[in-house]
Amino acid sequence: MKLLDDYYTITLRQPNKFANFRRKTMDFAILSEHLGRVYKIRGAKKAEAKQIIALQDVNLEIRPGELFGLLGPNGAGKTTLIKILTTLLAPTSGRACVAGFDVQKEAPKVRPRINMVSGGESSGYGLLTVRENLWMFAQFYGIPSRQAHQRIDELLAVVGLADRANSKSSDLSTGLRQKMNVVRGFLTDPDVLFLDEPTLGLDVGASREVRRFVRKWVDDDPTRTILLTTHYMVEADELCDRVAIINQGKVLACDAPATLKQRLQREAIFRMQVSPLNGSGLGALQGLPGVRKVSLHEQNGASTLEFILEREDAIAAVVNALTAGETRILHLQKREPTLEDVFVDLVGRSIEEVERAEQAEG
Amino acid sequence: MSTTSQIRASFLERWRSFRLATWLGWQIESNWADPFLFAIYSLIKPLAGTAILVVMYSIITRSDFASPVFPYIYLGNAFYMYVGQVMTGISWAVIDDREHYKTMKYMVIAPLHFPTYLMGRGVARFIIATISVFVTLLFGVLFLGVEIDLAQVDWLLFIASMLVGVVMLAMMGLILAGVMLLLAHHSWGIGEAVAGALYLFSGAIFPLEVLPPALRPLGFLMPVTYWLELLRRTLVGPVAQAFPTLAALSNLQLMGILLGLTLAFALLASFSFRWCMRLARERGLIDLVTNY
Ligand SMILES: Nc1ncnc2c1ncn2[C@@H]1O[C@H](COP(=O)(O)OP(=O)(O)O)[C@@H](O)[C@H]1O
Ligand SMILES: [Mg+2]
Repeated sequence: MKLLDDYYTITLRQPNKFANFRRKTMDFAILSEHLGRVYKIRGAKKAEAKQIIALQDVNLEIRPGELFGLLGPNGAGKTTLIKILTTLLAPTSGRACVAGFDVQKEAPKVRPRINMVSGGESSGYGLLTVRENLWMFAQFYGIPSRQAHQRIDELLAVVGLADRANSKSSDLSTGLRQKMNVVRGFLTDPDVLFLDEPTLGLDVGASREVRRFVRKWVDDDPTRTILLTTHYMVEADELCDRVAIINQGKVLACDAPATLKQRLQREAIFRMQVSPLNGSGLGALQGLPGVRKVSLHEQNGASTLEFILEREDAIAAVVNALTAGETRILHLQKREPTLEDVFVDLVGRSIEEVERAEQAEG
Repeated sequence: MSTTSQIRASFLERWRSFRLATWLGWQIESNWADPFLFAIYSLIKPLAGTAILVVMYSIITRSDFASPVFPYIYLGNAFYMYVGQVMTGISWAVIDDREHYKTMKYMVIAPLHFPTYLMGRGVARFIIATISVFVTLLFGVLFLGVEIDLAQVDWLLFIASMLVGVVMLAMMGLILAGVMLLLAHHSWGIGEAVAGALYLFSGAIFPLEVLPPALRPLGFLMPVTYWLELLRRTLVGPVAQAFPTLAALSNLQLMGILLGLTLAFALLASFSFRWCMRLARERGLIDLVTNY
């Protein structure tokens, strides 16, 4: 019987792996099944060739009207996913549909319905004015000139660039050019908009304006969808309807921020400032009874420890261990769980630690 | 959507891509901070190149400017300027948009016809090359005794040859643009380099007979060879016919061959560009930035 079951699974079910896919595509703004991407890096010799698994078995179902966040450290695969969904990059396995069409097979149908903005870069034709840059892109999407100019004026006012409309874009600071790029994304009123770290490199005020506008844009029209990537916890937490946490190419959890944080409802979260640890003693703390996860942030000679404890009273053992090791406790605080804690709980390290380790390796 | 409206939509998309790319290309190419630079670029540089050729010719032939060889070389050299300019104009847009302006990914995901967009980006260079070619011809007529009798020129054939020639050069530019998509590093000047290499195989300054026999077929496969021959014949008819290579062929036959080869290159360009684009998508090269 077992053998027959296997036979059935392999030969009969396999061709139907994507059976429901076609039907589902129409219900979702973004849909991906078993999406994966491997980069091949060719070395000088054949033996040196290596592979980087940038994305692995990503399954997403994002509905129209959602503001969906993808949260993960640098190198997690966020940009790779966006590139696949925007038809710029071919996946090496699985498939994805955006706005009802297959990104691989029906790219020309996907393109008029989407747009994308990458943060942290200054793109655009420096010798054209801000208005000319934007007008040209609107033209590529077939938006009549008069309507385009009207939208350009509105959007420039929203991001506070109205007075620079006729400046050459090369005269703009990097931050302002990025704002122009953000306007380019919204200008074509896409069904699905992809924002890859849209606030990267913007100052605090500008980031807040952009976030507010992103939220409003989705709320204004239930057919609009945004997929936004970020490695800022707060951005994902405060802005997004749902968040997928991604690390090393894998989606580890996907839910509303509040629901994700509820996972840690039973745990106790403590933040503790101590005299400089200089990186030592973390292993010992991790091994204490009742300690689920510890992460360490060192900044300006001060060490901050973040604990996820199974029970609140486990903090006593922690305090004892630290004082026995002649570490002084400067400040202790119990706090509510954040997405940062959810990440630490899933990955074992904080985003900051993952990025630091990545830098040390790479 | 019905087939006719689909065709209409696709035509409109191409026209839009071409029109805007032409506008953008012109903004970029004509953006000379200084008109003086523009003059150097479009006038003095080609004239200097021509002057070198003329000096070399005069040394080798002991200043035999009356020989039909001279207008043959002079016209070949002048019109060959189009080859480098158009091919560079189209293919360089790939590197420019990808690495310099960082807009290529936004262009690729926009609903535009990318190959048509690239061809549009080449138009400005074509216009600048036209100025260079005209000035070079004028210089030859005024100072070097190149005789172009405007009343004798076969204008109809000249215009037809130019039209087919432009399409042919655009197709060569597109093939090169596809290669540029895949080349990450230091493809600076590859357009000029390819044009320079093909210079020898197009009968621009010497007949194909001069080439070693093994390399001659390459010259006969190059549409530029027939294009230059047609242009010479339309402008200075009898002189050009004094040359052996293609003398056995009538104008109509030459035109037929040029059309046939242009069509072949168009098919090749369409196929190879699509192939390169697919490969670039697979390898993740569309928004690649090399630090050079
Ligand atoms: N073109 C590429 N070639 C090789 N490896 C790449 C390429 N692009 C990204 N990677 C690698 O894939 C992984 C995911 O990168 P990316 O998608 O850019 O992550 P993120 O946007 O989350 O920072 C990283 O390890 C990165 O080094
Ligand atoms: Mg990224």
